[in-house]
Amino acid sequence: MTLDPALFLTVDFPAWAVASLSSAVCALLGNFLVLRRQAMMGDAVTHVVLPGIVVGFLIADAHSAVHMTLGALVATVLAVGLIEALRRFGRLEEGAAMGTVFTVMFAFGIVLIEQTGNANSHISPDHALFGNLEATVWVGPTAWGDLLSADMWALLPPEFATLLWVVPLTGGAVLLFYKELKLATFDPLLSRSLGFAPGALGLGFMVFVAIAAVASFEAVGSILVVAMFICPAATARLLTDRLAVQLWLSVAIAVLAATLGYVLAASAPVWAGTPGALSAAGMIAVAAGGLELAAILFAPRYGLLARRRRAAIARAAAGVSS
Amino acid sequence: MAEIVRLLSSYNTAVVLLAATLLGAAGAVAGTFALLHKRSLVSDAIGHAALPGIAGGFLVALAFGFDGRNLAILLSGAALSGALATVMISWIASQTRLSEDTAIATALAVFFGLGAVLLSVVQSLQVSGQAGLDSFLLGTTAAISAREAGTIAVMALLVALVGLGLFKEFRLLTFDAAFAGAMGYPVRALDLGLMALLLLVVALGLKTVGLILIVAIVILPPAAARFWTDRLGAMTALAALFGAGAGAVGAGASAVLDDLPTGGAIVMTAGALLLISLVAAPRRGLVAQGVVAARFRLARRREARARSGQGLGQGLGQGSGQGTGEGRARP
Repeated sequence: MTLDPALFLTVDFPAWAVASLSSAVCALLGNFLVLRRQAMMGDAVTHVVLPGIVVGFLIADAHSAVHMTLGALVATVLAVGLIEALRRFGRLEEGAAMGTVFTVMFAFGIVLIEQTGNANSHISPDHALFGNLEATVWVGPTAWGDLLSADMWALLPPEFATLLWVVPLTGGAVLLFYKELKLATFDPLLSRSLGFAPGALGLGFMVFVAIAAVASFEAVGSILVVAMFICPAATARLLTDRLAVQLWLSVAIAVLAATLGYVLAASAPVWAGTPGALSAAGMIAVAAGGLELAAILFAPRYGLLARRRRAAIARAAAGVSS
Repeated sequence: MAEIVRLLSSYNTAVVLLAATLLGAAGAVAGTFALLHKRSLVSDAIGHAALPGIAGGFLVALAFGFDGRNLAILLSGAALSGALATVMISWIASQTRLSEDTAIATALAVFFGLGAVLLSVVQSLQVSGQAGLDSFLLGTTAAISAREAGTIAVMALLVALVGLGLFKEFRLLTFDAAFAGAMGYPVRALDLGLMALLLLVVALGLKTVGLILIVAIVILPPAAARFWTDRLGAMTALAALFGAGAGAVGAGASAVLDDLPTGGAIVMTAGALLLISLVAAPRRGLVAQGVVAARFRLARRREARARSGQGLGQGLGQGSGQGTGEGRARP
């Protein structure tokens, strides 16, 4: 198989890069969702940002990243407040409170899209769910040398350009607040008594979750965002007990899943000799799930096989001694 | 007005409305127990996990020479993959160090991803009816025939009746499973039965509400009913009423108005009921709690004023009665 630079740089490279970048940023934040037992909050945020994005789109009357992101942030903060109100006053457990808030807000977003006649523009419900990775094309570079030209980088697809500032911003914020996040995650009481305001930190963290969700949303769809918030972090959690190691591992696993999934989706129809394409976002989510399953079974310490082997050894030892 | 009446009174729409109403009631009955069992978010995973079942069911039906749109095959596929997702969730949560919320989110994302892949396979086939699969995502009344709606209505009624018929057993299971076991009730079978009812409601609701929002008809009405009462019987009845109302109003509005997706309309109606409950319910509502808090503050202020009015002597006397060592040490 020969690589055609024009085709690769226009179609495959931007789609793969956008999938990898959004997977990496979601996976990084996902570690804290998994450790704080807020995994379903990742799912909730990807739902509640939709009405925010739509309202931002309607106010700007155009596709404006700033308006849509601001709308999504307002929607996220509103949702966090509503969930808290339902928990406190309705005495609903957290799962039910979350479920009620995000379904109603998502329904509002869907109705708003349809009622304002925007269903066929690029905030359609279908794109919101499955993304539009296949349409992420970089019209410009035709040869490897073009990568060195600044003019070409100015032609980057907007999703790609957005991620190029969201990824360092989020990574920087996690590095900057690493100690505080770690403390608030593992010992919220100590964190509070030391005066670190875990509540404010938690809300700030949710804002970053929303930023990552919005930046990834458009290109890869909510389905891949949820998968990437959870699967790589859960996989890494099965492989290590150290937070710093887990963070790096999860990012590497996310990029690996994005690459595997993208290559599979692009090449499976060619192997099978059938026309049409497979959903790349869906395939990447499946690849992330496959890696998690592999870790569940084969992780050196916490995998099922290792635990079963240890149990067998313990039984044998007990049998010898008795 | 006459136009609205005409739109709603066609035979097809009337059956669809009936189906949505009964579905709302059935979802609320199953959901009341799901809520109390803390299974709200599992229902969300079941809903999303229906997608590979639907797309896979379509492909299997085609492979065996059936019409891919056969509703019975599609819904069986949806219930089967939903059941697989619940098995996966309890397997991950019990066998690994990962917590239950991570297990739920994993199942939801991976099953939905698989569904997206299978859906793209279906869409690349040149067969009739494949475009209709999209309607399962967000639901629509337009795609339902009177016969299908009739089937859904009957099944929903059955789910609601079974839920109410086993009310006593489910109540015992919910509040004291150990006692239920000691009394000789088949706890495990009842638990599975509850799960089966939940799966059935999700499968039945796919066509009208859609798989993304189906969880809402399971949790919103019971959550709203929870504000009004502490008694399970009253809560179930009220939830069923809310659910039926949301189903009827949402499906009706969607039939009358253009571009109003049915699932979204039903969920927003249920959401409005929840909001009203959150604000206006007696005792638990925000207004009632605000009144209680204001009364408390007022009483405190009155008490303080009365105390200061009774003169310094008594105030000091009270103070010295509670005197501490530190107080006595003062010159």
